Order: sequence, then C-alpha cells, then structure tokens
Amino acid sequence: MSKAKKILLDPIFNDNPIARQILGICSALAVTSKLETSIVMALAVIFVVSFSNLAVSLIRNHIPTSIRILVEMTIIASLVIIADQFIKAFAFDISKQLSVYVGLIITNCIIMGRAEAFALKNPPLTSFLDGIGNGLGYSFVLLSVGFVRELLGSGKLLGMVVLKSTTEGGWYLPNGLLVLPASAFLLIGFLIWIIRTWKPEQVEEE
Amino acid sequence: MKLLRRVLDKQAQLFDKGGKLERLHPLYEALDTFLYTSGRVTTHASHVRDGLDLKRMMMTVVVALIPAVLMALYNTGLQANLVLAELGRTEILGWRGAILSFLGVGVTPESILANVLHGALYFFPVYLITLAAGGFWEVLFASVRRHQVAEGFLVTSLLFPLILPPDIPWWQVVVGISFGVVIGKEVFGGVGMNVLNPALTARVFLFFAYPAQISGDKVWVAVDGVSRATPLAELADPLLDLSVSYWDAFLGFIPGSMGETSTLACLIGAAVLILTGVGSWRIMLATVLGMATTALLMNVAGSSSNPLFQVTPLQHLVLGGFAFGTVFMATDPVSAAVTDAGKWIYGWLIGVLAVMIRVINPAFPEGVMLAILFMNVFAPIIDRIFIQRNIKRRLVRNVGR
Repeated sequence: MSKAKKILLDPIFNDNPIARQILGICSALAVTSKLETSIVMALAVIFVVSFSNLAVSLIRNHIPTSIRILVEMTIIASLVIIADQFIKAFAFDISKQLSVYVGLIITNCIIMGRAEAFALKNPPLTSFLDGIGNGLGYSFVLLSVGFVRELLGSGKLLGMVVLKSTTEGGWYLPNGLLVLPASAFLLIGFLIWIIRTWKPEQVEEE
Repeated sequence: MKLLRRVLDKQAQLFDKGGKLERLHPLYEALDTFLYTSGRVTTHASHVRDGLDLKRMMMTVVVALIPAVLMALYNTGLQANLVLAELGRTEILGWRGAILSFLGVGVTPESILANVLHGALYFFPVYLITLAAGGFWEVLFASVRRHQVAEGFLVTSLLFPLILPPDIPWWQVVVGISFGVVIGKEVFGGVGMNVLNPALTARVFLFFAYPAQISGDKVWVAVDGVSRATPLAELADPLLDLSVSYWDAFLGFIPGSMGETSTLACLIGAAVLILTGVGSWRIMLATVLGMATTALLMNVAGSSSNPLFQVTPLQHLVLGGFAFGTVFMATDPVSAAVTDAGKWIYGWLIGVLAVMIRVINPAFPEGVMLAILFMNVFAPIIDRIFIQRNIKRRLVRNVGR
C-alpha cells in the first residue's frame, strides 16, 4: 500500500479515531439518533478536520511553539463557523436538530488531536489526506451508530418508514432505549468489540 | 441412575479433546456436573477448605427463592381470577383457557388450585423462555471462550421472570435476557467479573426500551385489556386512593411483578440466606435503614402536591419491589461491595436512592431497580476506599513499632 493511501485509509479501521483512540465520543452520542443528522455532522467534521490540517500544515514552520494552540483554535473556529453558516443556509431544519453540536465541533478532540499530532509535523498534502482519512473514520462510526439507532429506535431510515411501527398500524415496536443518547455508548462499545475481534492487534495490553 | 451414568459416559468421548463435538464440551460438562458430583478431584494442595462451592451457593439462593416462586404462581393467578370474577367471566380464551378447561379447573379466585394453575400458565412459559434464550448465550460464550458454563445463570434465570409483569410479551423476554446476559455479564468476562446484576440489567433494558409493556397500569394483571395500577402508582396519583390493605401488601396479594409482591416470602428467603451465610445481613439491614431514614425525612419535609412524601417506612417496605430487591438483588455477592464497612455504605445508599427515586421523580414510581444498579457501579469504588484505608492504617501501625 502506498504511503498516501495508507494515510488516507488507515484511520477507518486500523486506527479509527473513535474506536481505537476513543476521541470525539461526545458528538457521536448526541447527533446519532437519526441517520440524516449523522450524515450532515460527518460531512461537517470531514470538512473541518481536513482543511484545518491543511491550513495548520501550510503555516507550520511559522507558528511560534508557545502560541500554537491559539493559532490552531483560531483556524478551527473559523472553519467551524463556515460549516455552521453553510448548514444554516442550505439545510435549516437539520441545523436546528443539530443545534449546538455543529458549533461544538471546535472542541472535538479529533480535530485538535490531528492538528497537534500530524499537521504540525507533515507537509500540506499528506496532512490534508490525513484529515480526510480521520474524518472518514469518524463518519464510519457515526453512520453505523446512526443507522442502527434510527432503524431500530424509530423504524425509519433517512425519515422513510422501513419497519412500520405499531402506532401506525404496523408490526414493529420501536425500541425506546435506542432513542436515548446512552444507547450510543452501547453501540460504540459493540463496534469496538467487533473491530478488535477482527483485528486483535488493537487490543490494549493489560 | 446407573443407566444415566452409563449414557453420559458413553457420550463423553464425543465431547472430549479430539472428539466430534469438542466445541460443545461446556454443555456436556454443565449437564454432567449438574446431575452428578464432579469426577475430577484436586490432586495438588487444595486452598479451599469449604464444602460451599459456587454450585451449592447458587442452589441455596434458588432454595431461598422457592417461597417467592410459590407466591408468584398463586398471586398471578389470584389477581387475574379476581378481575375475571369481577367482570363475571367464568372462562378465558386462548391456549391457557383450553388447558384450564381441559384440566377441569375454572378461574374462580376461591380455589387455590385454580389460582396456582392459572399463575403457572403465565410464570412457567416466561421462565422456560428465559432458560432457553439465556442458556443459548451462556453456552455460546462458554464454547467460544472454552470455559465451563457457570452456575450463576441458574439464579439469574429464576430472578428475571420474578421481576417481570405477567403480561410481558415473550419476544421481549428473549431480547431482555439476551441483553442482560451479554451486556450485564459476558462482556465483562462472565460470572464473577460482572459489574452489574445481570437479571436487573435485563429488566432495566426492557424498562427503557419498551416502557409501555413494563410500566403503567395495563400490565400488572394477567387479563387482556384490564388496567389496574400497582399500589405504588396509586399512591403517586393524588386522585387515587390506596386500594389494598397493609396485610395484603405484606403477604403479597397485590398487583405487581410476578415474584416481588410478597414481603413475607422475601423475609423467609432472607432468613435462609442469612442463616446459611450466603446473603449478607449487613447489606440487607443497611438497605432497610437507608430506606427508613430517607422515608422519615420525607415524612417530616412533607409536600402539598406530592402524596408520596407521606408514605411511611413500613409502607415502603411492603410495596413494590423493595423487599425483593433488598434480599435477592442487592446482596448479589459479585456486584455488591465486599468489604464489611463498604457493605454498610453500599446498602444504606441503595435504600436512600430507592426512596428518593420513588418519591421525588414522578416518572419512576419504582426506584429499587435503578438504585441497586447505580450502586452496583459504585461498589468497586466504595471497596477501594476502605481497602486503601486499611492498608494505610496497617502501614502506620508498622512504622510506629
């Protein structure tokens, strides 16, 4: 596997930011009750993390070490505001459902973590790829959790009825637990269990 | 008996190393040691000098549960038959009705036999389904992880039906116990490693996933379409008066989860557990004390809009699942605190939380389940504090010498 491809694809299964590094869990709990919000959130994070990596990497040799976090935060915050305004302009309903969580991307540990750990040390293009890769890894978890929660929690996918619920004359009794944010903890736990059974080298030493 | 032994021995090679069904060895081993004393003897120095092994300990709990099971059979039938008599119906539809009329017993609340049989037709299907579904996961995990099927499930599978309403749909029993066994126990590494009580985990899953089937006023009496609130729900509602007498509540002739209604049955169970040393009297006493202090505080505080503030400690004791939870759930030796001082704190906080949830949170008329699970999570921390204190004290003592 070429280096660029490795940087792009590794964060999806081999070094997933949520499943392996256990970062960025807070938003994964909050926005995954529906698939639609999960998709929008995932796109927003891919955008922010890839361009913040690119921008930080471009000026990495000019940032004084003592104020690097301030500089990084300024870049990330600007990107988040762009993403937030964009969603408000073109998908107002979803932006209302996501409420504060788009703004809270600023505090998402994945973005800060990639800027600190990768973009400060690597050239712009690889940093950009690393950003997209980590964004995809985050999206993979978000979409899996959102898929299960919307399907079993309300019997729908992207708002369309898949399993007709008993209240509408169907047979499916929606699982109320999956509508509660705590269920995302369980689902992420299951996902980590599956990934680590599949790739045992990710299991931490005791 | 010899024949059975011979049959088992003949099958043994199939399950031994290299045999065709080697993977299913845990299943064979479980059946064999359940029927006979294990043939394997410790050859090296043995460290345990007690005849009370895990299997016998679990059997003691099962024995302690017998009064509660009997009451579950009788009371489930009694509550259903009382309602049927009120409605003037003399037979019920469906397969239960078919069996009852085939046996020639009606649905009169006066006949003990009719009540027990009617209750049994609700309790045993749920119990068998629990055994089958939970047993499936136990054997699956034991086969994959190559360890023996643990005896803990014997108790879990009996506790779970006892804390369910009689009307629970069977598929929910399957989903619930699967969640309880897998998430409550196996993900942590099986019996002995679980942080939470598996039976309660299963019930709390159902409670949050399908609230309509496990709370409210439709589920507690096993007659279709009849609504009757539990006494706790009646107390919580300012418009309702308590419709049961204190003695009925103490003896258990009230609507509720199948096995939890009778405080008397729980007291008998508590006596068995305490006399055999299997259940901790510290935890039980501390839980009751915690409940009493909090309930008295609430009585003194009072509230004009919330009638639950006026519920006395004695009423808390006999209503809902308090007695059952205190005796059989809070004392679970794996998920409870293990240090003596820790047990006092652990039990006391269960009592406090149970009453706080019951009285102050209008969404949950019953708080014992949540209180026990919550303290299960804190039990290791409580233990840690006391163990560390003990270590420090001993260090000081040694330095002083």
